[in-house]
Amino acid sequence: MQAEQIEVAGFLKQYPPFNSLPDEVVDDIACQAEISYFRTGSDIYQFGDEIHDLCIIRSGSVEIYRRNGDLYNRLSEGDLFGQLGLLMNNKIRLPARALEDSLIYFIPEAVFTELCDRFDSFAYFVEMDDNRLRQAVSSKQESNDLMASKVTRLISRDPVCLDASATIRQAAQKMTDECVSSILVMKAAGSNREDDEPELSVAGILTDRDLRIRVVAPGLNLDTPVTEVMTAEPVTLDEDAYAFEAMLTMLRFNLHHLPILENGHPIGVLATSDIVRYESQSSLYLVSNILRQQSVEELAQLQPQISACFVRMVNEDANSHMIGSAMSVIGRCFKQRLLELAEEQLGPPPVRYCFLALGSMARDEQLLMTDQDNALILDNSFDVTKHGQYFEQLAKFVSDGLNACDYVYCSGNIMATNPNWRKTRKEWEAIFADWIENPDPEALLNCSIFFDLDGVFGKTGWADQLNTFIVRKAKRSPRFLASLARNALNRTPPLGFFKSFVMEKDGQHRNSINLKRRGTAPLSDLIRVHALAVGSRAQNSFERLDDVVKAGILPAGRENDLRDAMEFIAMVRIRHQALDVETEREVDNNVEPENLTDFERRNLKEAFQVLSNSQRFLKFRYPYTRK
Amino acid sequence: MATVTDSIAENWSELFREQALTTQDERLRVFYEQGTVAADSPLSDVPFVALDFETTGLDAGSDEIISIGLVPFDLNRIRLRDARHWLLKPRRAMKEESIVIHGITHTELSDAPDLNRILGQVLEAIAGRIVVVHYRYIEREFLDAALKRRLGEGIRFPVVDTMAQEAMLHRQGIGSLLKRLVGRKPESIRLSDSRNRYNLPHYGQHHALTDAIATAELLQAQIHHRYSESTPISDIWI
Repeated sequence: MQAEQIEVAGFLKQYPPFNSLPDEVVDDIACQAEISYFRTGSDIYQFGDEIHDLCIIRSGSVEIYRRNGDLYNRLSEGDLFGQLGLLMNNKIRLPARALEDSLIYFIPEAVFTELCDRFDSFAYFVEMDDNRLRQAVSSKQESNDLMASKVTRLISRDPVCLDASATIRQAAQKMTDECVSSILVMKAAGSNREDDEPELSVAGILTDRDLRIRVVAPGLNLDTPVTEVMTAEPVTLDEDAYAFEAMLTMLRFNLHHLPILENGHPIGVLATSDIVRYESQSSLYLVSNILRQQSVEELAQLQPQISACFVRMVNEDANSHMIGSAMSVIGRCFKQRLLELAEEQLGPPPVRYCFLALGSMARDEQLLMTDQDNALILDNSFDVTKHGQYFEQLAKFVSDGLNACDYVYCSGNIMATNPNWRKTRKEWEAIFADWIENPDPEALLNCSIFFDLDGVFGKTGWADQLNTFIVRKAKRSPRFLASLARNALNRTPPLGFFKSFVMEKDGQHRNSINLKRRGTAPLSDLIRVHALAVGSRAQNSFERLDDVVKAGILPAGRENDLRDAMEFIAMVRIRHQALDVETEREVDNNVEPENLTDFERRNLKEAFQVLSNSQRFLKFRYPYTRK
Repeated sequence: MATVTDSIAENWSELFREQALTTQDERLRVFYEQGTVAADSPLSDVPFVALDFETTGLDAGSDEIISIGLVPFDLNRIRLRDARHWLLKPRRAMKEESIVIHGITHTELSDAPDLNRILGQVLEAIAGRIVVVHYRYIEREFLDAALKRRLGEGIRFPVVDTMAQEAMLHRQGIGSLLKRLVGRKPESIRLSDSRNRYNLPHYGQHHALTDAIATAELLQAQIHHRYSESTPISDIWI
């Protein structure tokens, strides 16, 4: 026998989602409720606490925080909280604190679950309410337009330019007059319109910093031509690029000024400050921090900031391309700084080299918890007896340093510390040629790692040249493509996942599914096959897809399926990594079915279906025929 | 108005042991045998039960209990699923003015049981817990008197009085004295006014269960504001 709870029921009936439930159901909810009083400033839930109730504010007000202490939402009488924790494995992600003396009604989890099952309106409300709140809050508090806006929106004024014939003094005067920190040096470009004025194009850029370092410090004559101290052929971006691409470009090349071009003409120069305004706690700071550290120990201490940056981007609704690119740039910066430190310790290299990133970092698809895949391209004049020791030590320094920074050693020993993966330019071309001509299983295994390569330090142009060599050769080798296609079918999507929960049976992740191994990795494998077939030189899976779609080899009408599937699986993987970070669990690529929302479940199923269909298409598109 | 003095015991645990031996009623024996909370128990460990009666009047000697509401709780949670509410048939007719206050009518009570029939359930619900009331002269004295009339023996147990807590804060001390000297009205220590001071919501009054819940919430608020989790129960029980 339960006593009627007039007050509690009467209150609940006034507020959604209870106001749409039958009266007798609400009466029953009220009888199951618990009540507690919280004094101003006291914690209702701390991060990581277990939660087993849906909370309704009866009086007072409550603030919901993000893990980093930022305000997420402010709630008052009649508002709900805790639904996210109940839907997500009973762990509090967003701590709650009483802003005033508050009385909270708690509805036990069993009742909550039953209501979700019985009443669609209730389930919809608690599931969507949080998203709605989140969107509302994020649009108010931390609108991050980097994602959606074009670079042109960041340009605040026309670029200041001067002719290549000018002197340093003239450049400095013009910069002072115009109050700018950089100036573009223009030269006549080879015009294809004969009777018109010669077209001007950007020959170089000169910045305040250049004046200090290249002019004042060495005491250069101010009448020296500006062309002698400018940075010639600077990195530029087209006006149709997105703001986040500008940020990534600046991060990647460690630039403070980035000219934006429209049909080859400069229309503005972005400064770091233009971007920082958009993202106050930006990854830009992290990158500049990385490049300032003086030792491996100091670098290793930055590690928590990487996860923090990752979580922030997730919370700011960045897409997988943006997050993958930012994490890859950050990873590259660690490598770059470690190589600088290595050269300081070991002295200048005896022959020129290019340090390569392989795999996900090269594809700009790095997430958290990643191992290091790297290699060295050495100058053709490399002589192992004379120079071998230097590069062995260099590779060891970087590899140990990366490991200290949580980019753990590669279990497959694909690292520059392995003498097999320190090769001269000629040797690399030879081995790639061999892999392509003789695609045995081992060669194919290597392909999936080495075919995504990117120069991060030293003669990075060598990486591009090697890539061009590979793409040309692979495109003309149908037998190789067929083998690579077969290889891309080895890892299948877990289609049975949603029926009978087919899960990984190994190790500690018994009840989970590995979204990398069963999702994004097979997707990037099959995208790589198509990309090589159409001669795409892109490394990133989305950029490769652009080229593949342009080439028109995918079934008509299905062009966007692969992109959507990749994005969706990657985002679920990303969100779950962010959740792992926030709940201080070990970050991995596994998701547990109980941690998936209905929305994620439905869409994952569809994404895996796309992967499965695409694998079947791959078999058909690259038939295996004996030579 | 009740004129009975507080039956405060020096040692509640000892008193419970003695009562368990001497009582003639089986239900009371079970109640006393469960004992009470040790005097040095920190508030965070104390199981409470908020108790409220509606009565036919204010004199425990002649008026009767017509409804009982109770809800068990502790410092963290008030558990509504274990709340109880009974209507009771008085032995003497209700006065019309009391009907105005609590809204319980003769018809509603005509089928209600006598206290004697549900006494076992009431005692079971409060046994081993510290009873919390707002104004102890009603609940403790009325129950004591009602049992004496029915069983020939009364009942004694420690209570926490949320009204006394408010009185200590607002009716004593120099601030309150100054207020009285300058002719200002003292703070009201009625349940709803006391709740207001802690930002507790307005509840409809004079329903025994609602008032019991309101009292439980008030004690949580008082403890959070004025005591700590480690304060011994003996500091606030009476």
